Amino acid sequence: MSLLEIHEPGETPLPHAGEASLAVGIDLGTTNSVVAIAREGKPAALHDESGKALVPSVVAYPASGGVLVGEEAHLLTVHEPRNVVASIKRLMGRGAADLHTVAGVLPYEIEPGTGQTDMVKLRIGGKARSPVEISAEILKALRVRAEAALEKKIERAVITVPAYFDDAARTATRDAARVAGLEVLRLVNEPTAAALAYGLDKGAEGLYAVYDLGGGTFDFSLLRLEKGVFQVLATGGDTALGGDDFDRAIAERMLGERKKDGLADAVDEAAVKAALALARQMKEQLSDRDQTSGRLEVAGVPSFHALGRTEFDDMIAAPVKRTVDISKHVLADAGMTAGEIQGVVLVGGSTRVPLVRASVADMIGKPPLTDIDPDEVVALGAALQAEALTGGSDTLLLDVTPLSLGLETMGGIVEKVVPRNTPIPVQLAQEFTTYQDGQTAMAMHVVQGEREMVADCRSLARFELQGIPPMTAGAARIRVTYAVDADGLLTVAAEERTTGTQQRIEVKPSYGLSHDDMADMLYDSLDHAEDDMKLRLLTEARVEARRNLLALDAALTKDGALLSKDERGELDAACAKLEQTMAAEDRDAINAAAEALETLVKPFAERRMDRGIREALAGLSMQDLESRVGEK
Amino acid sequence: MDHFARLKLPVVLQLDAAALDRSYFALQRQWHPDRFIGKPPEERAKASAEAAALNEAYQTLKDPLGRAIYMAELKGIALPGDGKTIDDPDLLTEVMDAREELQEASSVGEVDALAKFAREDLEQALSGLPRLFEANDKAAIRKALLRMRYLDKFAEEARARRANLQRA
Repeated sequence: MSLLEIHEPGETPLPHAGEASLAVGIDLGTTNSVVAIAREGKPAALHDESGKALVPSVVAYPASGGVLVGEEAHLLTVHEPRNVVASIKRLMGRGAADLHTVAGVLPYEIEPGTGQTDMVKLRIGGKARSPVEISAEILKALRVRAEAALEKKIERAVITVPAYFDDAARTATRDAARVAGLEVLRLVNEPTAAALAYGLDKGAEGLYAVYDLGGGTFDFSLLRLEKGVFQVLATGGDTALGGDDFDRAIAERMLGERKKDGLADAVDEAAVKAALALARQMKEQLSDRDQTSGRLEVAGVPSFHALGRTEFDDMIAAPVKRTVDISKHVLADAGMTAGEIQGVVLVGGSTRVPLVRASVADMIGKPPLTDIDPDEVVALGAALQAEALTGGSDTLLLDVTPLSLGLETMGGIVEKVVPRNTPIPVQLAQEFTTYQDGQTAMAMHVVQGEREMVADCRSLARFELQGIPPMTAGAARIRVTYAVDADGLLTVAAEERTTGTQQRIEVKPSYGLSHDDMADMLYDSLDHAEDDMKLRLLTEARVEARRNLLALDAALTKDGALLSKDERGELDAACAKLEQTMAAEDRDAINAAAEALETLVKPFAERRMDRGIREALAGLSMQDLESRVGEK
Repeated sequence: MDHFARLKLPVVLQLDAAALDRSYFALQRQWHPDRFIGKPPEERAKASAEAAALNEAYQTLKDPLGRAIYMAELKGIALPGDGKTIDDPDLLTEVMDAREELQEASSVGEVDALAKFAREDLEQALSGLPRLFEANDKAAIRKALLRMRYLDKFAEEARARRANLQRA
């Protein structure tokens, strides 16, 4: 059997049987991170000396040496902007093209990935560092905080990830934990963790939704809560949509205003960072008041900027509407209506934005639930799960795959093997076959996404199944098995069932996807479903026609003599006609031409069959024949 | 082991949804990989395989149409693969006419009406299935299931068309 595994290299989870050490829950967020611990079903966030639970997800590599994380790192932004990095989560498992620019300038100096992966590296503090290394610094700081608060060594954790994190991003998160000296007991989806915290704390039962708008990602999940079972029914989201987008909109506006006022700024990294920091402050202020203003200083030249709530609402209307559209789509996926939802749990700092709250309330028809601090709720849920996994508990989390997983077939069509919202762990197999006579190898292309065509989905891995015995087209039986484990990580295996030749191939996920690709892949299947379906039908018609032409060609080479010259002429004309329609875009025309050809081929096929039977029977006595029939 | 046996349920078309959930949850409590953290690798692998099989069984049996198609398979009735040519000429005509109507629908209201019609049709066909299964009329079961699968797909296409119209 030829195997393809998509997992982090060298992963060998060690069992810790009988070990009663504590395990923490970590929300590794885009903007802020939180570490929490649960004891006897009571979760609590761990605070620093000043009583703060939130650790800004900011890492600094000061010129004086060492590493700073959190508030201290944030403070360094003013003096050493080039040595500070924020929102690194957005780059987990991503390529250079995923970075956002502000006024055409990136907030970081980047180095495209090299070698096996394309994961981007940032040049920070004079050294190229990967998002995995930088995230590991945040995790280390959280571990240290937990060890100080609990006075115990911490080696195990449940870490949350956005439901919509794909394979590459999940793998990168596990890698970061390992670098930080933490064994990941489980990667839990953030909305699921939030529901866990909410359900266990409030004893909620029934259908609940989690609307999670963080700094960089959006998730919407529907769960059924029932007697300790948390069953995710459907989930959806966008890994490139969040509060950072709001900041960027304000920052761009301010830099634009400066330009209009004739300030000839050289917009560099430092200017962009300063603008983003001020933008964030202004955004937060607008949650409590209708008007705000700020002072931006670039290269020693100050400028003053005012912003009203109404203007701000207009600026962010499009991304907020997108979250609502995605939510509605998830509801439809689960076959539910907004009216059936008992409550919506809000997660993520960006849900403090009034327009966001109003839009959610409007969609569901009732005010959202905010009893638990939206910044802490995910970490609290992770802590509960960490306790359940180590100490045992009656709670059961049943999660799903957020995106469909498929295989490329002829014509660039995606055949879905694991549909989205399938409960995990899962193992599903599908059989594929060869397309040409005598084909001995088959290219396997594993993709993730909802669109019908490969070009619109995310490519996860490619490999080739070789050693298929030469057979007639369509005779080989190639069984492809997709297995998704409880962490949401994928393994793919392929096997030719008539030979069972063994091959083992390990492939790492390919990082590096442009932002446009990602946005496309993630949820605009909704916008494209109809066009996709048409394109798929057209492609299928072409593929089918090509298959028939190939088969006919093979038959003509072998038995062309069975046709008269006129018949052959007609057949050739019909083939040419079909070829002609295949070059155009009209599916019905292709099908009509294929049918016309089929009619002409029929007598030829019958003659071939007669001849085949005659040949098979030639030289056999009646007795032979009877005994042969008898064998059947 | 078939999906019904795995979930400790009787092989019936009209499965009680609450009983299905109860059985599934109880078995997942026993086999979910979360219950095997820290256990030896072979036990973990077994649990993972069992949990995956339970999920597949649950997903298949949860949906009434999926359940009916699966029961037909148990009886040796095979439907052509998805996306393959429909081998029933009457159904082919019906499908082509319906798709044309959907294409020509120019308002959300029209699309909704078509989708509603398809859904009701599907419900109707589902309610007629037990009789066919009782009579063990394989040809009729196959014909009915093919049509129901098309109706299900049509409802999905209507949803896509609806989204497109709403956007325009």
